Amino acid sequence: MNKARTNPFNNIAMHGALILYTLIALFPVFVILINSFKTRKAIFREPLALPDADSFSLIGYQTVLKQGDFFLYFQNSLIVTVASLFFVLLFGAMAAFALAEYRFKGNTLMGLYLALGIMIPIRIGTVAILEMMVATGLVNTLWALILVYTAQGLPLAVFILSEFMRQVSDDLKNAARVDGLSEYAIFFRLVLPLVRPAMATVAVFNMIPIWNDLWFPLILAPAEETKTLTLGSQVFIGQFVTDWNAVLSALSMAILPVLVLYVIFSRQLIRGLTSGAVK
Amino acid sequence: MQRARIRWHIAVFLAPAVLVYTTVMIFPLFNTLRLALYSKVDQERVYVGLENFRTLFFDPIWSEQFWNALGNNFWFFVVHMLVQNPIGVALAAILSHPRLRFAALYRSAIFIPTILSFVIVGFAWKLILSPIWGIAPSMLDFVGLKSLFAPWLGKEEYALTTLALISVWQFVGIPMMLIYAALLTIPEEILEAGEVDGITGFSAFWKIKLPLILPSIGIISILTFVGNFNAFDLIYAAQGALAGPDYSTDILGTFMYRTFFGFQLQLGDPHMGSAIAGGMFAIILIGVCIYLFGIQTRMRRYQM
Repeated sequence: MNKARTNPFNNIAMHGALILYTLIALFPVFVILINSFKTRKAIFREPLALPDADSFSLIGYQTVLKQGDFFLYFQNSLIVTVASLFFVLLFGAMAAFALAEYRFKGNTLMGLYLALGIMIPIRIGTVAILEMMVATGLVNTLWALILVYTAQGLPLAVFILSEFMRQVSDDLKNAARVDGLSEYAIFFRLVLPLVRPAMATVAVFNMIPIWNDLWFPLILAPAEETKTLTLGSQVFIGQFVTDWNAVLSALSMAILPVLVLYVIFSRQLIRGLTSGAVK
Repeated sequence: MQRARIRWHIAVFLAPAVLVYTTVMIFPLFNTLRLALYSKVDQERVYVGLENFRTLFFDPIWSEQFWNALGNNFWFFVVHMLVQNPIGVALAAILSHPRLRFAALYRSAIFIPTILSFVIVGFAWKLILSPIWGIAPSMLDFVGLKSLFAPWLGKEEYALTTLALISVWQFVGIPMMLIYAALLTIPEEILEAGEVDGITGFSAFWKIKLPLILPSIGIISILTFVGNFNAFDLIYAAQGALAGPDYSTDILGTFMYRTFFGFQLQLGDPHMGSAIAGGMFAIILIGVCIYLFGIQTRMRRYQM
């Protein structure tokens, strides 16, 4: 390898820049997490110190667990995210299979129609969506959110999955047809398992925006029993602004599940992002 | 024989996706645009044509808010383009360096803010920048710049830029990842050919890599544009629906929310809300069209 690309000075400069930016990226998260375990006095006296035996306190978490219904919020977020992902993947894969596998009149047009939603945000239609949910009685139910997120996720899912399904070998499918498998069996038993990596990519792409969304929970399901974790922590923090222990603990409780999920899925997510799925 | 019978399975495969997508996304989109042409008079919905848009653009009270939100939104976008995307490209360029150690670790760490919700990000920064808590001023004091501190989120002249920078902090991971992916596809032979001609280091980046990743920069630009022009959550989480101080952080998303739902003494007005949504739709459409027809088709793509 050439000298200029490996010289030690460059190497130090590169690590320096990356470490600096990593610190900038992690600092706020770190400050919030450590201070959530401290007494009120310690939070203000030494905000950057780690909690020690003297300053350690769980008072904030106690307030949060007593006052807020965080388990319910968490459960709602989980239901909405999992159900939306399930429908996005199932419906998206089915439509992608139809577009990739069969030649029929209007195939290209259908593909374009479904791709429209990649660039146009669903939020533009909020006024009419709310009106529709009120008319159908779905407002303040988790179904309203699941439907919206499913519709929001479908365009990109169909686009990415159909690209992958075109790569599944025709011989394999034709062999299955000769063996008398129905088209449905070919899809569910042959093609779906083969595109599992692409499905995982679509899932992690959709997971973060759904889990973190504030707009639709605020508008479609603001009732106490349907609040998601994002909306729940927003409302809770708004009410407890002056109780720093509670605010910091609530923030930490909202950060931790996402962080855990990220540690589990980060490899998948980064592979998905860098596999050139977005072209 | 195949052709004679209707292939029902195609319809079955397509139906659920098309049905959900059409009823929950496309239909409400057009219905919202239609609602913008109506107004409520004496509890009844009446057709008023383009009256709402005239109010929005020319009525002094409305137009002042609208242009303020639009202008703020443009500034929000400009900050992202000038700060987020160059930092993202720079980080990606460093990360893609061959044989850099701990690259995966840096990549994962720098991406962490992107996975957090706006609510967390908004409040976390609000606390850190808060003069009551004093983390920001004491850190500035540490480097001897304490005089620079101001309650940035509370000052009209700084609040919007501060929020834009917070949003940059949150989303730098996305351009970083996409550019990183693009840089990885550049074949080693091209870089080696450059080296033979004496092009290395920085000039290799400017003269060889950058032209090759221009299409990806185009994509992150349009993603940034669409994302910024329907942004809402961060401003709402940090500054509330009133987008204070004195509307200085109001963008189209918060303006639409306030108009649609009402706030304090003003009643919500779905029709004016729809008109603002129509305006957002037009802006995003224009942006996407400029990208698709003006930029993407003219960009030179190199066979690699």
